[in-house]
Amino acid sequence: MPHDHHHDHDNHLDPMEARTRALETILTRKGLVDPAAVDAIIETYAEKVGPRNGAQVVARAWDDPAFADWLARDATAAIASMGFSGRQGEHMQAVFNTESLHNLVVCTLCSCYPWPVLGLPPVWYKSPAYRARAVLEPRAVLREFGLHLPEEVAVRVWDSTAEMRYLVIPQRPAGTEGWSRDALADLVSREAMIGTALARVPS
Amino acid sequence: MNGPQDVGGMMGFGPVLPEADEPLFHAPWEARALGLTLCAGALGGWGLDESRHARESLPPAIYYNASYYEIWLRALEVLLNRHGFVTERELAEGTADEAPAHPRRLPPERVGPAMAAGTPYDRPLSSAPRFRAGDRVRARNIHPRGHTRLPRYVRGHVGTVEADRGGFVLPDASAHGREDVAERLYTVVFEGETLWGPDAEPGTRVSVDAWESYLEPV
Repeated sequence: MPHDHHHDHDNHLDPMEARTRALETILTRKGLVDPAAVDAIIETYAEKVGPRNGAQVVARAWDDPAFADWLARDATAAIASMGFSGRQGEHMQAVFNTESLHNLVVCTLCSCYPWPVLGLPPVWYKSPAYRARAVLEPRAVLREFGLHLPEEVAVRVWDSTAEMRYLVIPQRPAGTEGWSRDALADLVSREAMIGTALARVPS
Repeated sequence: MNGPQDVGGMMGFGPVLPEADEPLFHAPWEARALGLTLCAGALGGWGLDESRHARESLPPAIYYNASYYEIWLRALEVLLNRHGFVTERELAEGTADEAPAHPRRLPPERVGPAMAAGTPYDRPLSSAPRFRAGDRVRARNIHPRGHTRLPRYVRGHVGTVEADRGGFVLPDASAHGREDVAERLYTVVFEGETLWGPDAEPGTRVSVDAWESYLEPV
């Protein structure tokens, strides 16, 4: 917030804070919105639905070939079987990175993102810079994230222009044989499931 | 519409700036704006496509200067007013007379189930697919004045159908109140060189999900 000075009255609000409060007041008074439901939505995405869900899906795909196969054939059902479903994840496809193919997900037209497995998108994903450049110069964008792909690795960019939602399944790092699924999930960042990073390599 | 939302391939926005340990919201009002948008959507006055169209219909100078949740809040005001839930005067005054609860007001105990259920957009179709995986297709050179999900950067270009996704609600209709129109959806892949010519990065392909009426045979 761009506030670096103090006010001698207590009713000064950031213009957007004021505008949002005014709208919530109107909607509450008119019986259109229950503020407790707004609280419940915020709590859902702050505490329950986030990238740890997706990391669990990836870890299981690494650890369970039958599940990986199901995930490749019907990601919506496979992911729902782990309890992750719903808004902005109604129609899922998992896209698997390989030695020769790297996947990257974007929504150039707005901010489509698989909420049930990744939660709410980060600001950079919604930014015009990422949306504009991911389709034009994905390798340059990946380099800015510190990901330098060899030339022989093809890049596939998925522009989420409809209601299909894409989850990148990064490659399993070497040296993780026999790891628990929880330990494997710790290697999978949100960025790895968007495609701007790889799974972390254990040190 | 060729609006400010259609940024694929544009230049001048600068580097992508990921924020370390980014908070979920950058101000308390952002969280309220998210919650209000979802709660207001539950009233049933409009769908997701109309919401998107309200956002992209903001004047470009406002759209590019606004943060993400400011775009949401401004569009929400438009939608509430358009569908008769809130008047201009109420928005100007920042308050309203009290009224009994709307029959579709989202109760807090319904939030979890509603988010977990989502809103499926697939629809059964009786028509046969016009295209099959492997077909070469051209994204039509169309410039609809209303909502569309065919980005400008693929229009006029030839790609390859990769997948037939079945029937889906057509955004071009549903954003304008006709939510009963469904069409077949395809994933279409374009070579980078096709889209960007000699300026393309080598070894890059881009796909979009395109409804049947966005495509023509080659």
